[in-house]
Amino acid sequence: MAELVKEMKQSITPKRGAKPIVEYKDVYKSFGEVEVLKGLNLDIFPGEKVALIGPSGSGKTTIIRMLMTLEQPTSGEIIVDGTDLWHMKKNGKTIPANEKHLREVRGDIGMVFQHFNLFPHMTILENCMTAPIQVKKESKETARERSVEMLEKVGLGDKLDNYPSQLSGGQKQRVAMARALVMRPKIMLFDEVTSALDPELVGEVLEVIRDIAEEGEMAMVLVTHEMDFALEIADRVIFLDDGVIAEQGSASEVLEESDNERLQQFLYRFRS
Amino acid sequence: MEFYFLYMGVIIINAIIEVFPVLMKGIHITITVFILSVIFGYLFAFIAGLCRLSNNIIIRSTTSFYVEIFRGTSLIVQLFWLYYAIPMLFNIGIDNRLMAGVLAISLNYGAYMSEIVRGSILAVDKGQTEASIALNLTRFQRMRLVVFPQALRMMLPEFGNYLIQMLKATSLVSLIGMTDILYHGNILRSTNLSMAPTVYLLLLVFYFIMALPLIFLTRKGEEISKRGVANG
Amino acid sequence: MNINWKWDMFFDAFPFILKGIGVTIGLTFACFLFALVFGFVWVILRRIKFKPINWLVTWTMEFIRSTPPLIQLFFIYYAWPMIPGIGVTLSSITCAILGLGIHFSTYIGEVYRSGIDSVDKGQWEASVALNYSTRQTWLKIILPQAIPPTIPMLGNYLIIMFKEVPLASTIGVVGILALAETYGAEHYRNLEAYTIVALIFLVLSYPSAILINKLERKMNRRFDKNAVMQESKGAVI
Repeated sequence: MAELVKEMKQSITPKRGAKPIVEYKDVYKSFGEVEVLKGLNLDIFPGEKVALIGPSGSGKTTIIRMLMTLEQPTSGEIIVDGTDLWHMKKNGKTIPANEKHLREVRGDIGMVFQHFNLFPHMTILENCMTAPIQVKKESKETARERSVEMLEKVGLGDKLDNYPSQLSGGQKQRVAMARALVMRPKIMLFDEVTSALDPELVGEVLEVIRDIAEEGEMAMVLVTHEMDFALEIADRVIFLDDGVIAEQGSASEVLEESDNERLQQFLYRFRS
Repeated sequence: MEFYFLYMGVIIINAIIEVFPVLMKGIHITITVFILSVIFGYLFAFIAGLCRLSNNIIIRSTTSFYVEIFRGTSLIVQLFWLYYAIPMLFNIGIDNRLMAGVLAISLNYGAYMSEIVRGSILAVDKGQTEASIALNLTRFQRMRLVVFPQALRMMLPEFGNYLIQMLKATSLVSLIGMTDILYHGNILRSTNLSMAPTVYLLLLVFYFIMALPLIFLTRKGEEISKRGVANG
Repeated sequence: MNINWKWDMFFDAFPFILKGIGVTIGLTFACFLFALVFGFVWVILRRIKFKPINWLVTWTMEFIRSTPPLIQLFFIYYAWPMIPGIGVTLSSITCAILGLGIHFSTYIGEVYRSGIDSVDKGQWEASVALNYSTRQTWLKIILPQAIPPTIPMLGNYLIIMFKEVPLASTIGVVGILALAETYGAEHYRNLEAYTIVALIFLVLSYPSAILINKLERKMNRRFDKNAVMQESKGAVI
């Protein structure tokens, strides 16, 4: 069975020849004195599903937060679809990106957060509709139609007019995913989306992620502690340790065959 | 005991027949000053509160200066300063009591309330801003659609309290000669000192009746606020 | 626009007005002390369980709190002596202490109440378990815990009252504001006189506010620390 899964995985591993949709080039990031990332080089390909694993403080969340422009790299470049995210050209000179540039480049990126971050003063339908109307200038009707469709897809079609405070953690996280999906991102970032959930609610959220992954068009980067889930859906698993990529490869390569000692320790803690 | 019932009777009859109509002559001034002070007070509070969050250090420090000056001195001193000193300082002959009164009250309470505006905006969870960045909203949209509506709910109870404070403060405008209810009351008292108990009791009752809706409004605000902070 | 400011006036008026500072500060502390003591009276009255009394006390507090202190001062100064039988004529200073003291006691009472409410329920239960008398419970257990956290809030009220004290000039208390009015009237120059008053208030209240802010942060830390210590002790047991 494991062999079969492995074979299947390899067959859908992305074409390394294709042009990457995201490139990290020698990225460093410090918070004050603490250096979290020490020269990260990473390419992500269109449609690829990448799982980032590693001990806390290894910088995995920082990686996706920099891509979402929530955190600025100390040095290095992040290229999104051929454009430098954090720098722009002006009069032939390269200068730090302004808000306008950031907005242009991050338009294809969506994110789901550990603590949901739903807007508590809006119904869940409004949570989903706001951005398409405001950012994509869609008509109210279109936005509504697509939001309803997306909420139905995550199984919350009957809760449209509820407020986030009336939902369970798992339901909130499904709304958060629908909210990100209506923006039709090409890259979707998941920041420990099941960590804040009660154990019995994790399954329903993973179910939705699995559905999204199976559709296949979107690149997905998951920061996760769900090892078995990573094994199941990720094309590539990346183990981060001490600010660098310590090990990467297909899920089975990394999770089962690697002899990296730190990785073994890390996995041991999770499997016990 | 009987004597006091009789005395209370005299006060009440006095109040209704003689004092009430006189005080009513000033009610429109009191209410005008109150409404204008509230409008401008909130306006100053929002402007100053937002300015104190600005990235521009000049805007920030100028606003801080305003806030500290008005919080550090007393309202009655500000009122006198605006009415008596400012025209002298600039050699201008403006003798606008209404403007001085409203400006003093609204600048003073605007300074206090700007702290609430600032604090509430800062108290909105950072995750809300992050989520709206992830949805690619503009800076202005983030403030208008996500942060501000949530901050506003947090401001409501304190804003209600300051509504009552501002109402109380309107009584000061009689000191610069505005003909509000207290002014008329004082004139009545100075012509007939024995009416003083009736006059001031009635004035207090007047103010309390005006405060009642504000008290209930404040409680309502507290309820809404409690509902608003429910976790998203 | 030419600015009409006279430094000689400023320096002439300064010593004259400063003479009132003793009265202003003294009155502030007198009012504050009165409010501190009277605040307790409200706390005790509010603890009466009998419904009509409780209702009466609550609304009396609400009445005093939501009507202007200026009119309350006028009432005590002008109206009180006119009430037959119980009316007495009081000096302006006494009226100011009574008027402002009572007005702010309703706020101070609320501060005490919040302090008492913040004491953990378990403390009451522990006192019962140790068979303390009601008096002992209050004096030895509840108040020592309830009062210290309220000190910064009380400090804030001290500053607020300091800024309300000039109201007393309207009933003839001669503090800095009254002296400034006198000076202004005598010299037909209000500008420098009122500016001096504003400056004195600023110089005194701004540093006090900063001091209280610091105290507040220090207290918060101390009490958080206590909480953590209690927790860890609990864990050991």
